[in-house]
Amino acid sequence: MSENPALTAPPDHATTTPVLEVRAITKSFGRVTALRDVTCAVREGEVTCVLGDNGAGKSTFIKTLSGYHAPDSGEMLIDGEPVRFSSPRDALDRGIATVYQDLAIAPLMPVWRNFFLGSEPTRLGMIRTREAKRIVVEEMAKMGISVRDPDQPIGTMSGGERQCVAIARAVYFGARVLILDEPTAALGVRQSGVVLKYVMRARERGLGVIFITHNPNHAYLVGDHFVLLKRGQTVSDMTREETTLRGLAQEMAGGAELEALEHELGRAAQTA
Amino acid sequence: MSAAAPASAPGAPPAPPPSDGDKDDRLVSVGRVRRLLMTPEVGAGSAAVLVFVGFTLVSPVFASQAGLANFLDPAATMGIMAIAVALLMIGGEFDLSTGVLTGSTALVTALAVTELNMNVWLGILLSLGFALAVGAVNGVMVHLTKLPSFIVTLGMMFVLWGLNYAVTQRLTGQVTVSGVRQYSGYDSARALFGSAVGPFQVSLVWWLLLTAVGAIVLLKSRWGNWIFALGGNSDAARAVGVPVMRVRVGLFMTTAAAAWLVGTLTVIRYGNATVTSGIGLEFYFIIAAVIGGCLLTGGAGSVIGASIGALIFGMVQQGMPLVGLPSEFFRTILGLVLLAAVLVNLWIKKRAMKVTS
Ligand SMILES: Nc1ncnc2c1ncn2[C@@H]1O[C@H](COP(=O)(O)OP(=O)(O)O)[C@@H](O)[C@H]1O
Ligand SMILES: [Mg+2]
Repeated sequence: MSENPALTAPPDHATTTPVLEVRAITKSFGRVTALRDVTCAVREGEVTCVLGDNGAGKSTFIKTLSGYHAPDSGEMLIDGEPVRFSSPRDALDRGIATVYQDLAIAPLMPVWRNFFLGSEPTRLGMIRTREAKRIVVEEMAKMGISVRDPDQPIGTMSGGERQCVAIARAVYFGARVLILDEPTAALGVRQSGVVLKYVMRARERGLGVIFITHNPNHAYLVGDHFVLLKRGQTVSDMTREETTLRGLAQEMAGGAELEALEHELGRAAQTA
Repeated sequence: MSAAAPASAPGAPPAPPPSDGDKDDRLVSVGRVRRLLMTPEVGAGSAAVLVFVGFTLVSPVFASQAGLANFLDPAATMGIMAIAVALLMIGGEFDLSTGVLTGSTALVTALAVTELNMNVWLGILLSLGFALAVGAVNGVMVHLTKLPSFIVTLGMMFVLWGLNYAVTQRLTGQVTVSGVRQYSGYDSARALFGSAVGPFQVSLVWWLLLTAVGAIVLLKSRWGNWIFALGGNSDAARAVGVPVMRVRVGLFMTTAAAAWLVGTLTVIRYGNATVTSGIGLEFYFIIAAVIGGCLLTGGAGSVIGASIGALIFGMVQQGMPLVGLPSEFFRTILGLVLLAAVLVNLWIKKRAMKVTS
């Protein structure tokens, strides 16, 4: 929308091949079908918001995209070319970086060790420690966070800062798709704002962003494209033009269900 | 807009880097000196100095050449194990089979040499292969079953314990395999594993060397980074592409290899191996690692600290009788040192994790 200066026009859907596309992904855990026939596409310079209530399958969805879970069926494509990931490393090597919700960092490890974990800069097998620390300070400064001491355990950072470390890390390692699982869920208003700004900055740098949230306000602030999951299924898939904040909130609450709830609560209040 | 829009005026340049608005998100900066004082090596090192000075004041012999050699000898074998055990504990796992395995590896070498008339070097290599296999089995089982390593390696410990007795008894009819010295290759093997300069054993060189290698691997190599991450949060490590299985299995194979080295040092030095040797030592290794700053929960610890822990162990063990303390109390003292170390570690961890205010 035009009021928001950060929102430039997303690329034309018809002409660009999505960086990452999934078609009819299904994933079950025993008897629980966490995802059923989910389809979604992510384009460069575009924020795709995946919304849904707790247990809707959002985390399972992104863990599948990032190679953490293998899907039971369905197709994944990068630049239109079918791929299969056998580990998160595979996905990373293809430029898909994920910031997980429930897989936190190693809290006692210094910031710089967490930043480079799994992709350490080495010479003759030894980490170039000084360079690594310098890069962390620089990259975090680009995000507007001053890290005075990269040796500080990352567990001493605030939740918002940790999310920013993870985002900075993904951007630094040249991710093309950045997946964020409820990065604002545990944050206050102002820290959420900081994270949302970095989401926009990643978008400006041409990354495709998948932003998971159950907060329609946050989604609408940054999203170009909204996918709604309910009990593992896509219930709607809308562009920014096709919806409004209010529409999004209604969809999430599930229209009729909300009315029923209103009714029920109203009655409960009367009988009490 | 109805939502909480960013507070930038329309038309203003988008999002200047926030330079002041986020003060309370910033890190508290802890002084470097204070941080250094909080590291486990410094704590364990100060304790070691205290113990050394204390024993020397009461009994000056403690600091004589013979006195030094006397406590450095047990400290060396303890230290070699403590280094590997510390790495494993930092990686978030335990290994209870290490003690018995030092005996098993000595027995494998001794039996291979004496029963099969094997060259001593071949026997040593065979024993290394055996140890690595044991470590790999431990590691793969822990990794695949996700069972606590405590249980898996407890099982391995009893398997080995039984085998030590059974196989040795069956093959030799005795509980000690002796006579390794008479076989070919012994003299050259002795130079590497059983020699001494004056009262100082060659094991001391191995210990110092491995302390250096272990510390460099842990602090400087990417494997070290992965070990910290494995113990700190192994799911997160896997998610960012750390080869978790290789690291975990590698750590178990490392403790097994350390046990092999200690077994080899023993069998070559004394020329024989006994079925009872090594039993119960696994807890001493863990104690040394914990005195050196390893957390039982993984994710933190120090190789140098573990070596200092082993040094304290050696000093207390040899120093107590020297200053007239009844040595029956050795385990009690060790237990108290362990408890003190755990409390100090806990305090350090709390200080390190103090969240921004
Ligand atoms: N590893 C797992 N094993 C079994 N069930 C799981 C697992 N992960 C998720 N589920 C189930 O799948 C459903 C979707 O979970 P999740 O993807 O975490 O939802 P969300 O992130 O939207 O809150 C839930 O019913 C959850 O219990
Ligand atoms: Mg979730």
